[in-house]
Amino acid sequence: MQPADIPSAPNFKRPTGIFNRFDTRELVFRALVTLAAFTVAAILMLMLFELTRTAWPAISKFGISFLWSTDWNPPKERFGALPFIAGTIVTSLLALVLGTVIGVGAALFLVEFAPPWVRVPVSYVVELLAAIPSVVYGLWGVFVLGPWIQHTAGPYILDYFSWVPFVKGPVLSVGILAAVVILTIMILPTIVAISRDVIAAVPRSQREGILALGATRWEMIRIAVLPYARSGVLGAAILGLARAIGETLAVALVIGNSTNVPDSIFSPAYTMAAVIANQFREVENPMHEASLIYVGLVLLLITLLVNAIARALVWRVTRGQITTVIE
Amino acid sequence: MIAAPVRGRRRRRSVVDAIASGAMIAAGLGAMIPLFAILVFILLKGIPALNVALITKNLAPPGAHGGGLKNSIVGSLMLIGLTLLIGLPPAIATGVYLAEYGRGKLGFAIRFLVDVLAGVPSIVIGIFVYSAVVLNMGRLHWLTGSDQKFTAFAGGIALALILLPVVARVTEEMLLLVPQLTRESAYALGVPKWRAIVTIVLPAASGGIMTGVVLATARIAGEAAPLLFTALGNNFYSTDIFRPIDALPLRIFIYATGPFQEQHEQAFAGSFVLVMLVLAMSVGARLALQRRQR
Repeated sequence: MQPADIPSAPNFKRPTGIFNRFDTRELVFRALVTLAAFTVAAILMLMLFELTRTAWPAISKFGISFLWSTDWNPPKERFGALPFIAGTIVTSLLALVLGTVIGVGAALFLVEFAPPWVRVPVSYVVELLAAIPSVVYGLWGVFVLGPWIQHTAGPYILDYFSWVPFVKGPVLSVGILAAVVILTIMILPTIVAISRDVIAAVPRSQREGILALGATRWEMIRIAVLPYARSGVLGAAILGLARAIGETLAVALVIGNSTNVPDSIFSPAYTMAAVIANQFREVENPMHEASLIYVGLVLLLITLLVNAIARALVWRVTRGQITTVIE
Repeated sequence: MIAAPVRGRRRRRSVVDAIASGAMIAAGLGAMIPLFAILVFILLKGIPALNVALITKNLAPPGAHGGGLKNSIVGSLMLIGLTLLIGLPPAIATGVYLAEYGRGKLGFAIRFLVDVLAGVPSIVIGIFVYSAVVLNMGRLHWLTGSDQKFTAFAGGIALALILLPVVARVTEEMLLLVPQLTRESAYALGVPKWRAIVTIVLPAASGGIMTGVVLATARIAGEAAPLLFTALGNNFYSTDIFRPIDALPLRIFIYATGPFQEQHEQAFAGSFVLVMLVLAMSVGARLALQRRQR
């Protein structure tokens, strides 16, 4: 700070301190920053209002049954969102399960096993995964992951696991499985970073106490660490889920763009975000556009709900102390 | 004969321990495989497709050979500049409000809404800006002198909405790191609160805020979903903010879905440029942050 900024001597006749309510510049500054904060908060309300307004033709025509109708037929102006809602739920829940198992395992590895010379670079690499743009994941999905699933992984899975429900051919290079793998990779950084912080926050005495009773390392983790970190890890998983639900382009490139309700992990499908990305630029009629915005509104409401739950959980554990992961 | 079952149980416990440890180590190392797979893919496919034309020539017609990504790269840079111009002032002001004024229930509510805004899918931001800005561009004709609906301006607004919550929260956190004593010293000298914030607290936190801004910029540089129905993309060179504009991630998406081999190669080269740009920003910002924390 510049010495020139400090008044050489406080002017006691006309105080300009924080307790002077009539300092106009203070009032103006305060009004400006408050206005900005309220505007940012109001954007969310405006978003709900605008989407409802532009989706209104579809909302008034199809009503709530839009959510469970499977008929998506733009030329005939019949629209139902179930295939997309089902696709979003199936892909993001599967990715959530895979991502949580691998992510929490990786977080435990980082906190409980890895020496610092491993922990630092691995944490770093996993966080960098979050910086890679969605569309690049999609490109990798189209040219590497898809063909690998079609020619290597898919036939192998069919050979050994075709007795599992929802595992049946034909195997294509695009479909549910490709989307699930991409989504799992994309939500890993979120889950790893938050669970790592939450697990590291479990007090040392908790660990030492049970080790002193003769527990093995795994028993220590199972009995002393995980129950303590449970709700924080749950919050991390739900934040990952929110990210998976809203993920657009990477999924749009590998999901296969089918408006049928999927019946196998290899089926081409659609998610809510992907159908908007692919069809909005080429709408066939006004009702088609309104229906796509209706899909967007449903997507917004679902992510708002999931996010609110996740934030509440993470906040309760860390009392807002955790730094937000920048994705 | 107590020893035998105890020894058996101990053995089972240590086997379980070994299996669980192995699984966790595998998860930790396995989480890194995708990053390497993607980086290797980008390097192997991107580097052979690199050439000078990439930054000196505009897009080739579909299926034709040659051409570059000049208009996409310039478009991306323009959009980033516009986004920072539109998004930074309200974002930093919101951060100042949250850190310095909004400590009560109202501040808590706004902080929550800002966090929730950060979780809105980028595609939804895209259709929101389409509905609120793109469809209303006709009413701004007297101001813009352009009859285009899809504009770089709308794209900038969409990206700014993604930048806003991130920068607002980073600003708040960085301001809270400035010791309370610093503010009180200023007050003791008779400096009013607004002036203490502008001339003392903000400069002290500026390094951390800059880091957050760079990380947020790295993120919006790779966003294409909110641009699909706002900036739209443009096959020709344009720097007019009231016309459609191209962007690198948008072009990669369009080319990845196209049928032509030449377009795929351009998409690989574009991805290489984009990933290098984003990783450089991200790594640079993190290094700067670490140096400051030390």
